[in-house]
Amino acid sequence: MTTLDSSKEIQKNNSEVNETHEDFRLFGLITFLIADGMTFAGFFAAYLTYKAVNPLPDGAIYELELPIPTLNTILLLVSSATFHKAGKALLKDKNLNAQKWLFFTAFLGIIFLICQLFEYFHLPFGLTDNLFASTFYALTGFHGLHVTLGTLMILIITWQSRINGGRLTSDNMFPLEAVELYWHFVDGIWVILFIILYLL
Amino acid sequence: MTISIDPQKTNNESLQPKGWLRYFSFSLDHKVIGIQYLVCGFLFYLIGGTLASAIRIELASPMSDFMPRDVYNQVLTLHGTIMIFLWIVPVVNGAFGNYLIPFYVGARDMAFPRLNAVAFWLIPPSGLMLVASYFVEGAAQAGWTAYPPLSITTPQSGQIIWILSVLLLGGSSIFGGINFIATIIKLRRPGLKLMQLPMYCWAMLGTSLLVVLSTPVLAGTLILLSFDIIAKTGFFNPVLGGNVVVYQHLFWFYSHPAVYIMVLPAFGLVSEILPVHARKPLFGYTTMVFSIMGIVVLGLVVWAHHMFTSGTPPWMRLFFTIATAFIAVPTGIKFFNWVATLWGGKISINSAMLFSCGFIINFVFGGITGVALAQVPFDIHVHDTYFVVAHFHYIVYGGTVFIIFSSIYHWFPKVTGKMLNEKLGILHFIITFIGFNLCFAPQHWLGLNGMPRRVAEYDPQFQFVNQISSLGALLMAISTIPFLINVFLSVRNGKDSGDNPWNALTPEWLTSSPPPIENWEGEAPLVEEPYGYGK
Repeated sequence: MTTLDSSKEIQKNNSEVNETHEDFRLFGLITFLIADGMTFAGFFAAYLTYKAVNPLPDGAIYELELPIPTLNTILLLVSSATFHKAGKALLKDKNLNAQKWLFFTAFLGIIFLICQLFEYFHLPFGLTDNLFASTFYALTGFHGLHVTLGTLMILIITWQSRINGGRLTSDNMFPLEAVELYWHFVDGIWVILFIILYLL
Repeated sequence: MTISIDPQKTNNESLQPKGWLRYFSFSLDHKVIGIQYLVCGFLFYLIGGTLASAIRIELASPMSDFMPRDVYNQVLTLHGTIMIFLWIVPVVNGAFGNYLIPFYVGARDMAFPRLNAVAFWLIPPSGLMLVASYFVEGAAQAGWTAYPPLSITTPQSGQIIWILSVLLLGGSSIFGGINFIATIIKLRRPGLKLMQLPMYCWAMLGTSLLVVLSTPVLAGTLILLSFDIIAKTGFFNPVLGGNVVVYQHLFWFYSHPAVYIMVLPAFGLVSEILPVHARKPLFGYTTMVFSIMGIVVLGLVVWAHHMFTSGTPPWMRLFFTIATAFIAVPTGIKFFNWVATLWGGKISINSAMLFSCGFIINFVFGGITGVALAQVPFDIHVHDTYFVVAHFHYIVYGGTVFIIFSSIYHWFPKVTGKMLNEKLGILHFIITFIGFNLCFAPQHWLGLNGMPRRVAEYDPQFQFVNQISSLGALLMAISTIPFLINVFLSVRNGKDSGDNPWNALTPEWLTSSPPPIENWEGEAPLVEEPYGYGK
């Protein structure tokens, strides 16, 4: 075997190599969001199984009011749109506009969290009252944690897109794109959660 | 957007690897991280092995005289958790994946070097936490499965630390998986097609898909379990209206794919080792790729075969039996391909080859008992007996750990530039192979005769067979001695290996041994035929 000769032969196409590569951070983020989505999928599966096979004891309270979660759904959907606006503004180098939209998005996120807390404090059941209550708090709480993180990240990129010395420009859109993708993901999860938990 | 690599950096002498201290640093070099994974995993293997020895000493006599019963349960819990989450998964994925994948795709590093280092550095603290959980009041004793209600009714502080540690290790695993997927799909050298990749890349792609899809479910489950323990919710507590079977479903949705997370990379590694030492192309490359992907898809839909005695309805038993039996098809294809690779080859009998052949023998045996266990009537008979213990040790030790050793013998010259001593290596193989089979083959008989697992005491009629098994375990413990001596001697004054001692064609051998810091002095070679032997 003259392996080393063939290894030289193998290297013949070296001139094609280009020492630059694409940016695949977004690809990595999407993979992470799929993983994160699987956590929610596990929670949803557990919830639906409980609903199907574990009847609640007599007298268990599990009614939910619809107005606040409906308002929350609208808030998140609108915030997705405002985030999109922010991205477009930044692409046109209108940083001030982008900051305005981003801040508005974060504001909507905060209102969402306040509404959620308001709902928590006015529900007739607590975390350990029954199985439905536990699953309800676990699901909405885990989602709320995602919204909290998302809101913090939006506030950070709002600061980063300032005109003097901010690292977000139309040349460096990645942080904004990443947070936007994450935010849309959190929205999508909420819509599923709203349908499964409140409407079904 | 593009990220450019400074071409001046690549030929810089000052960037050559320096000193052993870099293995204790937050290094971003994939080769350093790979070795960190391997050594860290091996240290935990020694701890887990010590625990296994303690278990076998206890089981040498029918009464619980070596340790109290609850300590026995704590020891077996720690043994299982350490071996799975701190030895097999990090080493067979993290160690070899990090070291080899960038070479195989023709890259200078992983796609996300920082994430890579973070993923590794999550392991030592969570591992130490896991070991520490043994010393707190009320160590975890519910087994590595942590089934409720056992895990929520036994003393709990240790169980909570156990959960935290497994959550961190799961996070580390997910970060690693994301990195491997991005590296294999996005970071390939221009001109390198997917179907030209060495088989280990395919195995790691499949494994990483399983990691990304199933590990988060385990994380969610353990979060719910910790709620049950800390906040006294009732997700898995029947007294509070919960459902223990839901835990089992969610747990096995991760933990059955986890078997493939442990064994698919080993399939990939053996596909690299056999062609080199048999001087023949890998037989049936395309079928190998489709088998791996078939195992990935099927591996996600067979989890309930662990739960045939948990009150699963008949349709579920039927579905999961058939799906499990189907997995034997792609796995069988792979085994025939390896045998066909060896067939008529110019085989060198060296330690790497011996361990790979040992793997084939052991794994076929474990695979056959696996198919048997998938059949409901048989499974109900031997469920939670030593038959199951024997089966999965044949898969995980006889399969994966044999391949880990095989890979160490194969790639040691790559990492150090020194050869390992062949005589000590063959001695290591012989003791391991005899010890392993002596330890676990009799356990099939024990299980068929009804000896339950996870119990410190047993019927005295089983004593003799248990003592044979313990003797095998003693041999396995002894087998690490020639290995450790071999590694220490060879690192200090082993024979120089040259750059390519095996005359291999896969890309990692087409650079110097040990490799320069960014893998290649010049540009990465384009390897279109990684298995082009005998042409």
